[in-house]
Amino acid sequence: MENHQLSLVVNGQPAEGQVEPRLLLSDFLRHELGLTGTHVGCEHGVCGACTVQFDGQPVRSCLMLAVQANGHEVLTVEGLADSREQLHPLQQAFWEAHGLQCGFCTPGFLMTLVPFLAENPDPSEREIREAISGNLCRCTGYQNIVTAVRLAADRLRAI
Amino acid sequence: MKPPPFKYLAPDSLEQALELMAQYGGEAKPLAGGQSLIPAMNFRVAQPAVLVDLNRITGLEYIKTAEDGSLAMGAMTRQRDLEFDPQVAERVPLLHECMPHVAHPQIRNRGTLGGSLAHADPAAELPVVAVAASARIRAQGSRGERWIEAEQFFQGMFTTALEPGELLVEVVFPPAEPGIGWSFLEVSRRRGDYAMLGIAASLSLNAQGVCSAARLVFMNAGDGPIEARQAAAGLSGQQPGPEAFEQAAAAAQQEIDPLGNVHATVAYQRHLATVLTRRALAIAAERARGNGNLPAAGAA
Ligand SMILES: Cc1cc2nc3c(=O)[nH]c(=O)nc-3n(C[C@H](O)[C@H](O)[C@H](O)COP(=O)(O)OP(=O)(O)OC[C@H]3O[C@@H](n4cnc5c(N)ncnc54)[C@H](O)[C@@H]3O)c2cc1C
Ligand code: FES
Ligand code: FES
Repeated sequence: MENHQLSLVVNGQPAEGQVEPRLLLSDFLRHELGLTGTHVGCEHGVCGACTVQFDGQPVRSCLMLAVQANGHEVLTVEGLADSREQLHPLQQAFWEAHGLQCGFCTPGFLMTLVPFLAENPDPSEREIREAISGNLCRCTGYQNIVTAVRLAADRLRAI
Repeated sequence: MKPPPFKYLAPDSLEQALELMAQYGGEAKPLAGGQSLIPAMNFRVAQPAVLVDLNRITGLEYIKTAEDGSLAMGAMTRQRDLEFDPQVAERVPLLHECMPHVAHPQIRNRGTLGGSLAHADPAAELPVVAVAASARIRAQGSRGERWIEAEQFFQGMFTTALEPGELLVEVVFPPAEPGIGWSFLEVSRRRGDYAMLGIAASLSLNAQGVCSAARLVFMNAGDGPIEARQAAAGLSGQQPGPEAFEQAAAAAQQEIDPLGNVHATVAYQRHLATVLTRRALAIAAERARGNGNLPAAGAA
């Protein structure tokens, strides 16, 4: 099958590629661009580990073809913090509140929750649990993730 | 897993898309939000030779109120947009109410109205709501367009009235009649999971406050949206209240044909149908009172 030319913006930088149509966006990010922070758990949309922001909205990168990103903007966990030295306030909160153990699920949670907090700066526990209903974590039991989100929400509102 | 190779075409007009669908016939599949099709391709359950991506077509993503008060929506309207659109909330509250139950936010950001209807999963919310609210579906093929009533559109497990090469292009919900109340309820393991069972109900009360019509349409209770017609017909002429709703619930749980699954046995699904019918009718009755010229009575 013929390859397609792809040009998009990833984490604020232009990116190019020659891709087979069947290449998933998740694999393009990981294998072609080396952005391995986007994790792949299930490849059928259930686990949420591969969540990235597509034109500012969280989506499953395993349920999109890389060609579909042509002309669009993608943000991965690597692009979340302003600099390499500083964590994003939500990352910081996950760290402090023990919102992660093995960390496999964490990029997906972060990429889901940053837009959520922008829309809903003061969420209730119930709203947080609904917002993360599409992300699986096999380690934490979710409790500390919810705590981390509350902590980040409080700090982000104060900025 | 990864999808097997396929040819990828991304037309930027509906006309082109229809031409491509006609040209490739049964080999081609339209790609909407991809939230059901791509997982199926990753599993290699679906192996289309050609994908016709509808995402570059402008003009299939809209929500418009017509002069007669009906609401028209383009097939590519994202589920997330339906969830937050004020016209949807005002004109088709049943649709508004079901949206947070359709998968997870990340999936609703991509998933479309047309894709969910065309996919025709018996456990999906949108087909059930389309039937309960008497939506009409506009299909377009290379030979022209036609309208299909939602009731006729769903023809079994993952099967619709669409002909090969035909695309679903628009869905129209008629305006709600005065005196009608509605309710959408489901029970699932987690918010966003496919429900173990769900119901979209409507109930109309006449000027005397007596039930004049009802619809009870169930999710995951058979091979498509399953309507309990006899149970609904039995409500006509009855005083809305616990007794009538109990009877309707008992009849409805017998009329449906749930298949059972790993999360819920058939007996449990029937139990859910009983409980949800009762609750949905009570809520619908309360709303019907608020939606007509009737005094809002206390006990429902
Ligand atoms: C983890 C997960 C959980 C989910 N949970 C739920 C849930 O709880 N409830 C629920 O209802 N859904 C759920 N879904 C499915 C989701 O809502 C899908 O978005 C929807 O079923 C299909 O819509 P789509 O736009 O993504 O269509 P696609 O996946 O692109 O297409 C689905 C099918 O419809 C065909 N098609 C698409 N558009 C058209 C058109 N315009 N004309 C003709 N044919 C067309 C395609 O060829 C394909 O066969 C879930 C999905 C995932 C991955
Ligand atoms: S890898 Fe995409 S949702 Fe699991
Ligand atoms: S921290 Fe291990 S899966 Fe979430």
